[in-house]
Amino acid sequence: MMTFLVPVCSLIISLLLGAIVLRASGANPLKAYFAMLRGAFGSRTKFQYTIREAIPLLMCGLAVGIAFKLKFWNIGAEGQYVFGVIGITWVMQFWTWLPKGMMLPVALLMSLVFGAFWGGIPGVLKAQWKIDETLTTLMMNYIATGIAEYLYITRWKAPRGNMGTVDYPSYAWLPSFWGKIHYGVFFAIALVFILYFVMYKTRWGFELNMIGKNPRAAECQGVSIKKNIILAMLLSGAIAGLAGGIEAAAVTHSLTKGVDNGYGFTGIIIAWMGGLNPFGSILVSILMAALKTGSDALKIMKLPAAMGDVLQGLILLPLLAGSIFTDYKLLFIKKQVAVGEAKK
Amino acid sequence: MQDTVVVQMVNITKHFPGVLANDSVNLILHKGEVLALLGENGAGKSTLMNMLVGLYRPDSGEIYVNGKLAEIHSPQNSMALGIGMIHQEFMLVGNMTVAENIVLGMKGLQLIPPLDEIKAKIRELSTRYSLSVNPDKYIQELSVGEQQRVEILKLLYRGAQILILDEPTAVLTPGESRDLNEIIKKMLAEGKSAIFITHKMDEVMEFSHTVQVLRKGKCINIVPTNTIKKIQDLANMMVGRDVLFTLDRGPYHPTGTKLEVRNLTIKLPGSNRAALENVSFRVNGGEILGIAGVAGNGQQELTEAITGLRRITSGEVLINGKNLTNHPPLDVIKNGVSHIPADRGKMGIVGDMSVGDNLAMKKYRTRELSNHLVIKKNKMRSFADRLIKVFGIKTPTRETCAKFLSGGNIQKTILAREMDNCKGILIAVYPSRGLDVGATETVRQNLIKQRDSGSAVLLVSEELEELQMVADKIAVMFEGQIMGILDVKDATTEALGLMMTGVSRRQA
Repeated sequence: MMTFLVPVCSLIISLLLGAIVLRASGANPLKAYFAMLRGAFGSRTKFQYTIREAIPLLMCGLAVGIAFKLKFWNIGAEGQYVFGVIGITWVMQFWTWLPKGMMLPVALLMSLVFGAFWGGIPGVLKAQWKIDETLTTLMMNYIATGIAEYLYITRWKAPRGNMGTVDYPSYAWLPSFWGKIHYGVFFAIALVFILYFVMYKTRWGFELNMIGKNPRAAECQGVSIKKNIILAMLLSGAIAGLAGGIEAAAVTHSLTKGVDNGYGFTGIIIAWMGGLNPFGSILVSILMAALKTGSDALKIMKLPAAMGDVLQGLILLPLLAGSIFTDYKLLFIKKQVAVGEAKK
Repeated sequence: MQDTVVVQMVNITKHFPGVLANDSVNLILHKGEVLALLGENGAGKSTLMNMLVGLYRPDSGEIYVNGKLAEIHSPQNSMALGIGMIHQEFMLVGNMTVAENIVLGMKGLQLIPPLDEIKAKIRELSTRYSLSVNPDKYIQELSVGEQQRVEILKLLYRGAQILILDEPTAVLTPGESRDLNEIIKKMLAEGKSAIFITHKMDEVMEFSHTVQVLRKGKCINIVPTNTIKKIQDLANMMVGRDVLFTLDRGPYHPTGTKLEVRNLTIKLPGSNRAALENVSFRVNGGEILGIAGVAGNGQQELTEAITGLRRITSGEVLINGKNLTNHPPLDVIKNGVSHIPADRGKMGIVGDMSVGDNLAMKKYRTRELSNHLVIKKNKMRSFADRLIKVFGIKTPTRETCAKFLSGGNIQKTILAREMDNCKGILIAVYPSRGLDVGATETVRQNLIKQRDSGSAVLLVSEELEELQMVADKIAVMFEGQIMGILDVKDATTEALGLMMTGVSRRQA
């Protein structure tokens, strides 16, 4: 009950808080929200844009969720996503000897491997030497972005222009099937089902649950914490990397500026709001995507489009505060005053 | 003993969700008296005392201190009234000195406390009550017994007249318990009073003037200690039925070595001290080897070394003849070792998972509950239901989070999981620690059942009585070494007590 109520209430609170911010910047909050809603879902194309935006968000949310299940605070999905894009770009650019039909599958696989590699490093560091993962995963985001920048500005730069690689061969693009919505959406949905199955039905999911809730007891039962941290981080990184690969293969078609556009970070909010439940993440990722696509409509009202980011951030705060209500029960007790005399 | 009443609690009632913790309980404490509050776990002893020191508020009822109605909202209030409590878990800061700990959190302390004055006062109190503690030492350097003395000093320093001690001897050696008794006697002579929470009958007899028995939140009886003829009566009062003091056990038939450790040594990282030094012993099938000793003398390291949870510096662990030194825990489990760990909550269960899941945590790997990949949820449910029934685990449903069970039922859950799956070797570490008489009986009977069915059982315990009752042989550990191994018939309390303080068998 509470696990459902708290996200909904925090959404409402964050909308109220957002209204204050909107009011302060001189807009009518109701009108602004309505404009955002129309901007996100107001027409077929807008709806398609929103869904397209939700695909990488959902996948990053799922990726982060796996690590969070283990209480491994992977805030490096952003870097793993970028590394996935580097991986796919490498294949698309240089493995041109591949048969045409093999190009896309191999390239996607490479994005997955690159993501897993980038996620695996902090996993190994934590498992072997207990190096704090919040620091390593966060820092590795900047390294990944730096490497990507180096590549698209120097080594892999297209002959024309001053940054960005050439577009991938068009036969290897991930096609769309309905307007802007591409086949990546099926990957994302399939992943939801797969992860749900893994988490709740398999032995490995049972072990991850044990480790996340009491690592010491899990160890006593013969569950290897080291092995599972590394496995979970490989998987987490792989999914984030694949998210990057799919987005690059279907939408951007190259590695260029803006590859680090925050999907990995927003994934943290998605995993958290979805209650680490894969199905919950679907709704939340659409919501987050809508906040992003809808915020473009604010520009028309002469408001900064960054308002969408502000609202995204505002959602997490009441949610974190609200976890008090899911974790604890509040009771209100009347204060009583005792009266009487000492009994002899 | 004078007849002045210092504390009177009248008709105290306290509800917790679903539980009536205290039901119209009355309590009277006289000046210069030691009152023992006796009862099983969950009888409401600690709840009652927590209300006296302001950690809980009663739903109804009144508390009078020195004849005046007292409103106690917090431990500060109760301290101002001269009432202080020493909890089971000590509230001390390890990397601060004794003196700093004693004044920590006191009101009206200057920004830079006059440590010399404080130390002088501590020394004065120490000599007055023979509480020998060096105020300059750091808490982490002190033994558990010394830490307890610091807790007592803390209360005396703040002017406590009434001391509440929650199971104070649970962590002490027999010698230290005697010292504590002396300390308390000195305090009584100065007109202070004490309330003693315990579930040990012999302690009641040794320490108290009056004993008040609580059962299921109700006061059952209040009697002067010197009128009690038989300990058995006290136990029956506490449990509400006849308690077995002897256990059914089959004849001793050792069937050959199942578990052996040879020259086990564990060096602590970054120091020359060894947690274990040259420990060797064998346990036969059909035999219980007890490990006696004050907690913290290497018992935990020993059992963790055997179960693969801790790296061994040198030496060997042989399980059914197989060398499993420094193998991962899973190998040890697969070779037939079950483990009831020392810390139930931290090592034994996953509190946020259901009782059913906790019961399956060892067997989920087997064909019975899963194939290679997928867990058979239905099988897991019926498996859990069976164990809940067989072991009499009191839980609302199998889906209830394990952390909501009482200590005794948590232990039964662990016991059920480990015993059902036991394939020849059982390692039980403090299995009855903190449990009430009823649950303790269950635990001990199950250990013996395991032995009678041919398993090798290693039982680590700090209660000599338990070891003498259950074990076939008793080894005593002191500072990481085994001081000797005695047959249970030779293992008198005196002999064991001496060895526990470091006198080896030959010297003794």
